[in-house]
Amino acid sequence: MTGEVALAVLLLGPLLAALGCLLAGRQGSTVALLALIAGAAAVVVLWDGMLRTGPIEVRLGGWGAPLGIVLRADGLAVGFLAAAVVVMGAVWAVARHDFATPRARDVFWPSSMLLWGALNAIMVSRDLFNLYVGLELLTLTAVAMVALGRGPGAIEAALRYVLYALMGSLVYLLGVVLVYHGHGTLDLDRIAAGRSGADALALGLMTAGLAIKTALFPFHAWLPPAHAGAPSPASALLSALVPKAGFVMLVRLWFEAMPDATPPAALAVMAALGAGAILHGGLMALRQERLKQILAYSTVAQLGYLFVMFPLVGGAGAGTAGAAEAWAGTQIGAFSHALAKAAVFLCAALWIRAIGSDRLADLAGLARAMPLSCFAFGMAAVSLMGLPPSGGFIAKYLVMRASFELGLPGWGLVLAAGGLLAAAYFYRPLAALFAREPPRVQRTPRLLEAVPLALALAAAALGVLSQPAYDLLQAGAPAYARGIGP
Amino acid sequence: MTVLFDLVLCALMLLAALAAIGGRGLFRATVFFVAYGITVALAWVRLGAIDVALAEAAIGAGLTGLLLLGAVARLRRAGAPEFPVRAGLVPALAAAGVAGATGWVALRVPGAGGLWTEAGEALPLSGVENPVTAVLLNFRAWDTLLESIVLLAALLAVWALAREEEWEAPVGPPLHARPGGVLEGMARLLPPVGIVVGVFLVWAGASQPGGAFQGGTVLAAVGLIAALAGLVALPRPDSGSWRTALAAGPAVFLLVGASGLALGGLLLFPPDWAKAMILTVEVFLTLSIAATLALLVLGPPQPRRMP
Amino acid sequence: MTGSVVLFVVTASALIGIGLWGFLVQAHLLRRVLAFNVVGSGLFLLFGALGWRGGGVDPVPQALVITGIVVALAATAVALWLVGRFAEETGRADLPEDRREDRQEKSSAGGRP
Repeated sequence: MTGEVALAVLLLGPLLAALGCLLAGRQGSTVALLALIAGAAAVVVLWDGMLRTGPIEVRLGGWGAPLGIVLRADGLAVGFLAAAVVVMGAVWAVARHDFATPRARDVFWPSSMLLWGALNAIMVSRDLFNLYVGLELLTLTAVAMVALGRGPGAIEAALRYVLYALMGSLVYLLGVVLVYHGHGTLDLDRIAAGRSGADALALGLMTAGLAIKTALFPFHAWLPPAHAGAPSPASALLSALVPKAGFVMLVRLWFEAMPDATPPAALAVMAALGAGAILHGGLMALRQERLKQILAYSTVAQLGYLFVMFPLVGGAGAGTAGAAEAWAGTQIGAFSHALAKAAVFLCAALWIRAIGSDRLADLAGLARAMPLSCFAFGMAAVSLMGLPPSGGFIAKYLVMRASFELGLPGWGLVLAAGGLLAAAYFYRPLAALFAREPPRVQRTPRLLEAVPLALALAAAALGVLSQPAYDLLQAGAPAYARGIGP
Repeated sequence: MTVLFDLVLCALMLLAALAAIGGRGLFRATVFFVAYGITVALAWVRLGAIDVALAEAAIGAGLTGLLLLGAVARLRRAGAPEFPVRAGLVPALAAAGVAGATGWVALRVPGAGGLWTEAGEALPLSGVENPVTAVLLNFRAWDTLLESIVLLAALLAVWALAREEEWEAPVGPPLHARPGGVLEGMARLLPPVGIVVGVFLVWAGASQPGGAFQGGTVLAAVGLIAALAGLVALPRPDSGSWRTALAAGPAVFLLVGASGLALGGLLLFPPDWAKAMILTVEVFLTLSIAATLALLVLGPPQPRRMP
Repeated sequence: MTGSVVLFVVTASALIGIGLWGFLVQAHLLRRVLAFNVVGSGLFLLFGALGWRGGGVDPVPQALVITGIVVALAATAVALWLVGRFAEETGRADLPEDRREDRQEKSSAGGRP
């Protein structure tokens, strides 16, 4: 029952808070803070309860599948719920000082709460159609945030985003219709219990739709302009959290609902698209002149890392320790990307406010004026490159080890190449920040600079705390990913 | 005879869809789209799904058509050029491939039978007699709750498009109805009728086809006509009373859903109280849906200057 | 009615194809939104036709379709207001990457042609 109350706080709380923000106007950020505090407490309760008694399941309305909707907080879900509340809290602290105009304030605070609520709903839902509604809510709030951007390209970016998203969701939904036809249920576990001739086509359609929404290469064209064009605190939410929702849905489909419908070739295709994302995103990031565009292309590349997992978890090695390592490594990578990417975007937010630009040339020498945030940027970059000590390093280490153990070293080498590219595209902003030039800058409160620093430290700490993260991820993990231990 | 009717209906649907997509001229395409929506609603009637037919006619054809017409007018004012369709083999093959594979699988793979039995068995416990309403507001209430929030998120996205200096202006385009004109006459006559129809749809939804979304759409249409005729002043986006109207439905739904925790579970409606709880939710939801839909059609606040 | 159900399934699939084709080949943004709606209603009709049995449609797909129609309207409204605002700023109703005849103009995108 405690678990159910905690879930209720995380699912209904943000939505109620959004309505509160809408009514509170000027006091919107206070309402959001109260919801975030309650949400953080609820995550702690869920985490603790889950480690003691296993995944927490709630049958909404008491109905249960197949008629009703089932929610389940497993390790994967709780990990993302935790990452979301931490990132939301950090964004809150920075955004409170941005969004001063009535329009920005009145749109941002309710939208950010809805975005958080949609994310939480997706992480715990076990129902294909409920996931669709959650994903639509997430997308529309994300589009609202992009449209809040003031630059000339913001409207165009929001428009491209909405077009891709519209089609992505319909293609996904077409797959859901075929699943319901073949299985007579929308519940992930019940789908896993049966088989239907419609499975292959349905999975293909749902995967294509979600790939568009997750910005998996080559469906990523909408992401860089949207994430670079949104107001920076919103970019932190969009880049750190939003694409992970589609990824989690893909993982649940491939490894929980239809593990038998996925031939090895399809698993390899997913990883190949991931590799394409790593290379293309990395090369494009190298060519950008604005910090936020570098960070946005970096997100394209980092999302690619997540898909390298597919042949390692689902292939011949399924169920072995290697598969479990690849699983844990990938999810730890997703968490540390969320923390580190939010940190660097919040740095960008502070710097844009201080110097009015995010051109690399204008950032020169900033480390002297804003050392704390520049240090935070450097630490977060280390995690994104996958160097020790960081969550990014442990993630890459686990997946690479799995790839060698399973006799698929090629995928491990792709990760290594991605790390080199990340080092290359982070070199230019770092070189600019720490250049020996006098900066021209307004003072920023040190306390604000501590916000991205806290996120960067959390990303680094994941590297040390990989064992608790691994244990968390094993709770309720699909049979494929339940290994003996690292 | 009925198969012949269905054959004609399907042919009309396909022709209207083609004309809406490939036809010349944006205005004409939009008119064909509305016609298409009406044929689709008819198809739902033929399938015996009156709830969906009502939703498709009111929302899929009506409101969507209204939004499209507004967009056509706006594009014309902006002077955006039109251009012909690009041909191409690859898109045609891709579209035909998806459609063909879908049709093939849908016809060849045996259906699992759906959830008829489960829904039928649970219906007496749901508090309502209309199985569709039971699914929407009880069995899958979480979907419907999120859906009402989706409308609100869309409105926020539309409001995000306001220019900073326009935030203090009323929403929607400047409207002028000639005093004593046809529109004003209609606007004085229609609202009472529309409100009765809207309220009836919500009330009837418990046992017959209808419900909060269909009823809310009718009420929104009534409000829009009254606004078009200048009988109702358009609100500013920061109007407190309008924001209360937007939030009331989802808020009541959330609170009733949370109160389930005290009664045994999240979003739980005990059979004895289910009817009262669901009707309470529906009344407030209808109000909020009507407000949200009307504001979605009116769009962001816009400058009042004359063209 | 069985024959009619087959007819509706085929028609719905064709509508999905027509809409998808329109979405892929059209550059005009309003027409793409229109095509999206054709795909949507075709998909919903397919859902309903597959759930038909002896005089009615499975209530679960009916409820899901009503939800889907409302969600599609929300997305359509956002897309159309974005298209309108984009056209007011640029004088165009297509995205730069879809402009075939004036590729060279791409660098000056954002200004009135």
